[in-house]
Amino acid sequence: MNSAPLLKIPLARIAHARSGDKADWVDFGLFAWNEAGYRIMEREVTAAKVQAHFAPWLSGQVDAWALPNILALKFVLHGALQGGGARNLRLDNLGKAMGAALLRLEIEITAMELAAARKTAELTGQ
Amino acid sequence: MTQAIRIGSGLGFYGDNWDPVVASIERGQVQYIASDHLAELTLAILQKDRQRDPSLGYARDVVPMLMRLWPLMQARGVRFVCNAGGLNPMGAARAVRSALAGQGWHPRIAVISGDDVLPLLQAPDARFDHLMNGTDVTSVRERLVFGNAYLGAQPIVAALGLGADIVITGRVADAALFLGPLVHGLGWKLGDATTPEDFDRLAQGLTVGHLLECSGQGSGGNFGSQGHWQDIPDLAHIGYPIAEVLADGTAFITKAPGTGGLVNFDTVRQQLLYEVHNPHAYFSPDVVLDMGQIELRDEGMHRVRVTGARGRAPTHELKVVAGFRDGFKAEVSWGFSWPDAWDKVQAAEAMIRTQLQERQMPFDELFVEYPGLNSAHGPLAPLPPVTELNERAEIWVRMVLRTPSKAVADGFGRLFPWMALSGPAFTCGFQGLNSSSELLGIWPTLIPRHRVSARIEMLEAST
Repeated sequence: MNSAPLLKIPLARIAHARSGDKADWVDFGLFAWNEAGYRIMEREVTAAKVQAHFAPWLSGQVDAWALPNILALKFVLHGALQGGGARNLRLDNLGKAMGAALLRLEIEITAMELAAARKTAELTGQ
Repeated sequence: MTQAIRIGSGLGFYGDNWDPVVASIERGQVQYIASDHLAELTLAILQKDRQRDPSLGYARDVVPMLMRLWPLMQARGVRFVCNAGGLNPMGAARAVRSALAGQGWHPRIAVISGDDVLPLLQAPDARFDHLMNGTDVTSVRERLVFGNAYLGAQPIVAALGLGADIVITGRVADAALFLGPLVHGLGWKLGDATTPEDFDRLAQGLTVGHLLECSGQGSGGNFGSQGHWQDIPDLAHIGYPIAEVLADGTAFITKAPGTGGLVNFDTVRQQLLYEVHNPHAYFSPDVVLDMGQIELRDEGMHRVRVTGARGRAPTHELKVVAGFRDGFKAEVSWGFSWPDAWDKVQAAEAMIRTQLQERQMPFDELFVEYPGLNSAHGPLAPLPPVTELNERAEIWVRMVLRTPSKAVADGFGRLFPWMALSGPAFTCGFQGLNSSSELLGIWPTLIPRHRVSARIEMLEAST
């Protein structure tokens, strides 16, 4: 199993996300489509990896929580908004587009894992 | 005691669309609409309004919104709670009363204030450390322009108990706009909550409020994904979320029939974690929520069952968000065409930096980004090689100056026009000749609860 070749894919292939702001913090909800995806996310998307991914952006810390009950991870980035939305000079002063930047984080998984983690059922039915 | 309450989402921010609320009132069988007009930043905007005209300082969209919605609500006995009062709840209430009276409508309007704690923050001996970085408030005290505590649901419950048809508040916790009607309608314990069951019910109510406070974000709007946002039907006619809440706290999220959008496990959980930090300690003035055992389950189309929120007693402090003057900014944007677009942008930027220096215009920062290349993702969107950038059809640049001097900010845009005839060729779309504005810094802090007292006033009918 461990010898299966690893694919490098963006997180967007197996997850969805939303970002928001509070003062100088940006927060992310990151969601797997299913249990298999959640297990991969837990393994691949650690606070340290998120911090490294956003390193060119911020020096502050990254907090992380796991919510297996809703197949989600929660991340909070400190010091991400130039002091806060009201003084941030960027066009995206509230970090609303930063959730997409998280979905570009590259992860390594096997083809079998990818097949299991992708969304299959339609959004509208269970 | 009522067995179930249906409450619908109003606006999710100052400037949001109220058309979807019509569907919730007409076809969603709601008894209440709760409307959140105040993002964290909104008070900074309202402060600028109030500086220009002391009778303003509230979210002015509440007036046309209620002109549209009130006759529909009145006919069905639907009651309305909102925080559109902003920095001036009484001003908002008077404006609403006056507009509705012009049509012969006379709802009972309650005004909730007492959230303004600016004088306490300004007291010379006051200790209000920055909630996130611990800095002492003395560094900004002289520059504070507003400071408001987040009130809880209790004054809203009281106002509804007094028979208010419309409740207009200043700053309250967003979710309290929803928790208030639930506590009132379902007879839950709030101020006298003691048992784990009491707090779990309140936690369910807070969860409902959190799921509904951002309007369409709770029903498929702003669904962040690659390749799956397209699955959300008919966003142009989105139905804002509606919650059906039982007396035991069990809740169902749904929306009005015949509307667009999507309410399911995926769309609801995206909103559940939105702007939440520690999900095991989501603070509110009424209850501290732990989301760790929340269960969201699809129960047919556009119906998600919400259970498992756990609550514990709130802390003895309320959150405050204050704003302080933090200098000025001015911004310009400008398009440069092929050939050599990138080199021309760099040349223009260098000339502006030279001018700032030669004219001795002091500034803290000249922030430069390239819309179309890196505005959304900043340093996480690496720029292509210069040879490729120079071959692009066009490059846009946005330059923003941050400076302590209003005069420097006012003069920034004036540095550019000469380049139209005397600078690099093939440019278009310059904007920002007069674009200076004041920046407000946000100061989040805590205040002992006993130092804040909510005030409830029933507005006398207009004559």
